[in-house]
Amino acid sequence: MNKVIDKPTTDASRGGVAKSRGLFDKEILRQALGDSLRKMDPRVQIKNPVMFVVLIGSVITFFEAIAHPSKFAWSITIWLVLTVLFANFAEAMAEGRGKAQADTLRKMRSETEARRLLPDGTEELVAAALLAKGDLVVCEANDVIPSDGEIIEGIASVDESAITGESAPVIRESGGDRSAVTGGTKVLSDRIVVRITAERGQTFIDRMITLVEGANRQKTPNEIALTILLAVLTIVFIPVVVTLVPFGNFAGAAVSVVVLVSLLVCLIPTTIGALLSAIGIAGMDRLVQRNVLAMSGRAVEAAGDVQVLLLDKTGTITLGNRMAANFFPVGGHSEQELADVAQLASLADETPEGRSVVVLAKEQFGIRERQLGDDHVFVPFTATTRMSGLDMGSRQIRKGAADSVKRWVVDAGGMSPNDLDVIVERVSRAGSTPLVVADGTDILGVIELKDVVKTGIRDKFDEMRKMGIRTVMITGDNPLTAAAIAQEAGVDDFLAEATPEAKMALIKKEQEGGRLVAMTGDGTNDAPALAQADVGVAMNTGTTAAKEAGNMVDLDSNPTKLIDIVEIGKQLLITRGSLTTFSIANDIAKYFAIIPALFVATYPQLNTLNIMRLHSPESAVLSAIIFNALVIVALIPLALRGVRFRATGSAAILRRNVMIYGVGGIIIPFVFIKLIDIVLVALHAY
Amino acid sequence: MGYFLTLVALVVALGVTWRYLGSYMAAVFDGRVHFLGFVERPIYRLLSTRPDQEQTWKRYGGAVIVFSAVSLAFTYAILRLQGSLPLNPQHLGAVGSALGFNTSASFVTNTNWQNYGGETTMSYFSQMGALTVQQFVTPAVGICAAIVLVRGFSRKNFATVGNFWVDLTRCLFYILLPMAFIAGIIFVGEGAVMTLAGTATIHDVLNGAVQVIARGPIAFMEAIKQVGTNGGGFLNANSATPFENPSGLTNFLSMYLLLAIPFALTYTFGKMVKSVRHGAALLAAMALLFGVWVGFTSFAEHQNNPAVAAAGIHSTVGNTVGKEVRFGDTTTALFGVASTSTSTGSANGAYDSFTPIGGLGLLTGMMIGEVTPGGTGSGLYTLLVYAIIAVFIGGLMIGRTPEYLGKKIQAREVKLAGLAALVMPITVLVLTAVAVSLAAGRAGPLNAGPHGFTEILYGLTSQGNNNGSAFGGLTGNTPFYNVIGGIDMLLGRFAIMIPCIALGGALAEKPVVAESLGTFRTDNAMFIGLVVGVILIIGGLTFFPAISLGPIVEQLSHLRFF
Repeated sequence: MNKVIDKPTTDASRGGVAKSRGLFDKEILRQALGDSLRKMDPRVQIKNPVMFVVLIGSVITFFEAIAHPSKFAWSITIWLVLTVLFANFAEAMAEGRGKAQADTLRKMRSETEARRLLPDGTEELVAAALLAKGDLVVCEANDVIPSDGEIIEGIASVDESAITGESAPVIRESGGDRSAVTGGTKVLSDRIVVRITAERGQTFIDRMITLVEGANRQKTPNEIALTILLAVLTIVFIPVVVTLVPFGNFAGAAVSVVVLVSLLVCLIPTTIGALLSAIGIAGMDRLVQRNVLAMSGRAVEAAGDVQVLLLDKTGTITLGNRMAANFFPVGGHSEQELADVAQLASLADETPEGRSVVVLAKEQFGIRERQLGDDHVFVPFTATTRMSGLDMGSRQIRKGAADSVKRWVVDAGGMSPNDLDVIVERVSRAGSTPLVVADGTDILGVIELKDVVKTGIRDKFDEMRKMGIRTVMITGDNPLTAAAIAQEAGVDDFLAEATPEAKMALIKKEQEGGRLVAMTGDGTNDAPALAQADVGVAMNTGTTAAKEAGNMVDLDSNPTKLIDIVEIGKQLLITRGSLTTFSIANDIAKYFAIIPALFVATYPQLNTLNIMRLHSPESAVLSAIIFNALVIVALIPLALRGVRFRATGSAAILRRNVMIYGVGGIIIPFVFIKLIDIVLVALHAY
Repeated sequence: MGYFLTLVALVVALGVTWRYLGSYMAAVFDGRVHFLGFVERPIYRLLSTRPDQEQTWKRYGGAVIVFSAVSLAFTYAILRLQGSLPLNPQHLGAVGSALGFNTSASFVTNTNWQNYGGETTMSYFSQMGALTVQQFVTPAVGICAAIVLVRGFSRKNFATVGNFWVDLTRCLFYILLPMAFIAGIIFVGEGAVMTLAGTATIHDVLNGAVQVIARGPIAFMEAIKQVGTNGGGFLNANSATPFENPSGLTNFLSMYLLLAIPFALTYTFGKMVKSVRHGAALLAAMALLFGVWVGFTSFAEHQNNPAVAAAGIHSTVGNTVGKEVRFGDTTTALFGVASTSTSTGSANGAYDSFTPIGGLGLLTGMMIGEVTPGGTGSGLYTLLVYAIIAVFIGGLMIGRTPEYLGKKIQAREVKLAGLAALVMPITVLVLTAVAVSLAAGRAGPLNAGPHGFTEILYGLTSQGNNNGSAFGGLTGNTPFYNVIGGIDMLLGRFAIMIPCIALGGALAEKPVVAESLGTFRTDNAMFIGLVVGVILIIGGLTFFPAISLGPIVEQLSHLRFF
């Protein structure tokens, strides 16, 4: 079998928990082979009713083979045991990948000592494992943060690569939405005081270990429903097969127990029964591969059902920040003059917007960045003045919101040029933000700050639309700006001037209309909405409150990933549905192999039904059983990787899968059972 | 030529009925039809109930059970006491206890399997007061159960599913009684017998023989026999005798009537869930399978009977053994398929004498669960069970929690649908196995070998599916077959109906998921194909071994399939 290697799905899947492993990693393979034997324990098997029936069947044929030894009976017994082993192997393979990830996590779990801060201000050294919720600890450069917590004092750069795989350090500071730290990450500089927020053994890493290991994996709702259907399909075939004994007797035919057991095993949905749990575990694993941790399988399944995606504008739809895009001079000034002053005003402005003004002036007019002199005083932006600028001696340069700058100029005795309002209006209407630039009492013009929509995002939204998912952009911008960006990005709807309450109301309204909602969030004020949404993805950079409210955490803090999550959720269900269809469709060919074999001694005319022209009754039954066992192994890669998913309408997906797994599922076994029969004959087995 | 004209006329008539009867039935069950309010109100007062007093599915199901149990006891009592009851001109004695159980179970389950000859066993009072009464109320019960399931889809966040007593009353007075009355008049007009005068004794002057001709209130029983997909005729020969089925018109009318309500209920479904397209999709699934079965069986009957041909006799008009010359080979096949695909089970020919493959057509029409179009009400609710299974598998295949008409199909729904789908095949197979294993069972069939096996299998399939058609050849009036058949019929009826009512309750409680482009479409050709596939695969996989030992091996004995 070819070694199949998962394509890295995002650039972030290179490190951290999500270290990508080949589908048939040698180490996992070895582990899985051992596990598949351990799983033969009947107490484990009974949890899977379909495979349990196969196990019971193999016990029956085993005793039958002892009582009436024959090559046929022993061959069937061996292949039935192999069928169970193959099922165990599939599950062990899926679990093995999780276990490997858990091991990586365990290694990095902090065993270091923590510097606990006592109320009197002194420190004591305690083992990290002994920290209780509410304790205060001190971390300085090169300390490993002992447990999950919140910074209550200080600011530090933290290396979170152990969790996210992202090597660039991140800034964590007290207050606001960047105060959460995770146990196991490392402080690179400065000193912080952290209040521990996790109970012992309940840290983020502990939870991650439990999740990826699938230790207490709960069956998801659809999985439960499918298990019931499979149980129904198993139960119904028991009387179908058992009644063949009296039916055969009535016809004067002695029916072989071994053949009956074989028929039963062939009819019950062993293919999906063997692969069902592997599919579920692998689905969670695929999320982890993309650096997303789902707190429950239920959430992953819900992601496939999502009909509305609430996407934050900033960072998801547009590149992080607004960028200066144009200079519009007013009052007879030239563009060059405006660019020159605008650059001066922004020299000391370290915000991304400020820097983009400097860059634009340089790019458009070749104006070099100047050094600030000693008499240059930076005037920072405040919420009351709503402008920033530079004082160069008596010369005062300002840039800021149109009405604020205008008022500042008029108050100082200047006047607003006639064409200013028109331009400000035009820039706003285009969805951009106008910044007015003034030099003393003279207004020079307007800088247009523009949101830059991410490339390719429009295509993503088109795909979503085809899948029947509505995208809603959430933004704090005014409706005018929001509408313009929404149109440019191709989202279906937008919520402008969004407050946490408005977001919450929107989610509730959609849910009342019977739609499932997914959203991302990071701030504490997002927490209620994250909890309310059916799928709430919290950013790893976000606050503890947000992470606890959501049911998934994105370690890369990349909100665009919501779209991937939806696809993984869908893929999980599609894989289950397709393999169920395949499993049932296979039965037809198996009937044509076994029924003639069963009664051909009594009714030779039934050989007409042997349309595959199989060599002998024994070879026919054995071929069907071998096919039934091998198909499990052949489908393990598909179960682990998932059925290929294309973002198209439901009708196209259904048509494709019905053709491949339904119609294909009818035809394929005819071909392979015949081939196996030919091989058996060639080997002189029969 | 006459056969094709019959087909065309049948399609046109059923098409019109589908639209208008379907819409009318929706109005009846939505409570928008009131013209018999003066009859309804005293009945509700008597039952101390009101139309707005709705029941949960448990109470509704409980009412169905209580009503059916009382019906069973009432019917059994009349049959056992008929010797002392009036309207018994032939002075017929009490019906035996085993036969009484089988017959009352048969009529209370809308099966109308008859282990007796009507004219020699049942008094007029038993025919009218016990059997015909059940022929009216059992289709009504079936329709009520179907309506509960339909309401499951049309309601959201609802705890109740309707009021059984109100639904039953409305179904009887607004649908079944008027239809049967009009049809009865036509039967009388065409010459079906309708009298309480007892048997007629005819002295043939020419050969000196004396004949006793059975008569009775036949025509009106005939009407409800077909309208309610009952199938139990007054006379033993059922629709093959001119007294029940006097003319080409009544033969056509019989087929039309037994198909009318089962098909039209799909329109009612569409109307009530506010999407006629969804109803049309179910209709298409039913009609498609029905069409294939009609074509298959008619073609088989248009061939020579292989056993007859083997004797060197070749017919130019198909297999005429056991058929009324008035109806011919193909029209009898059409009647047979219509009757076995609707859980009616009336017959205008001898099904035992069909070619093995023709008989297979009738047998498998029942084995696929009586959904094409099935019995009054039972056809729709059983089809919805298969549709739910199709939705579940299909829905998963597009990557969404499966939903049908906005209702999520989850563990509880799959459990109930699975239960309803399991009952029939398991019951039929296990009871057939019991019958072929015991001496009492082996004594039943007339023939040996595969044909004998088919006779037993047919009998228990017919009863388990509440069809009631007899293949013939099986001596059913023995204590063994009376009891086993009674159990078969009761399980086949209530072990499916009650899960369906529960399913209606479970669905009614659910909220409705909004539809989007990503929703699994349940009103297009793909869905119809999936439903048909599920019906064929479940039926085929469960019964293939059994039929391969019966009709298939029998036909293959003649070395070819057709």
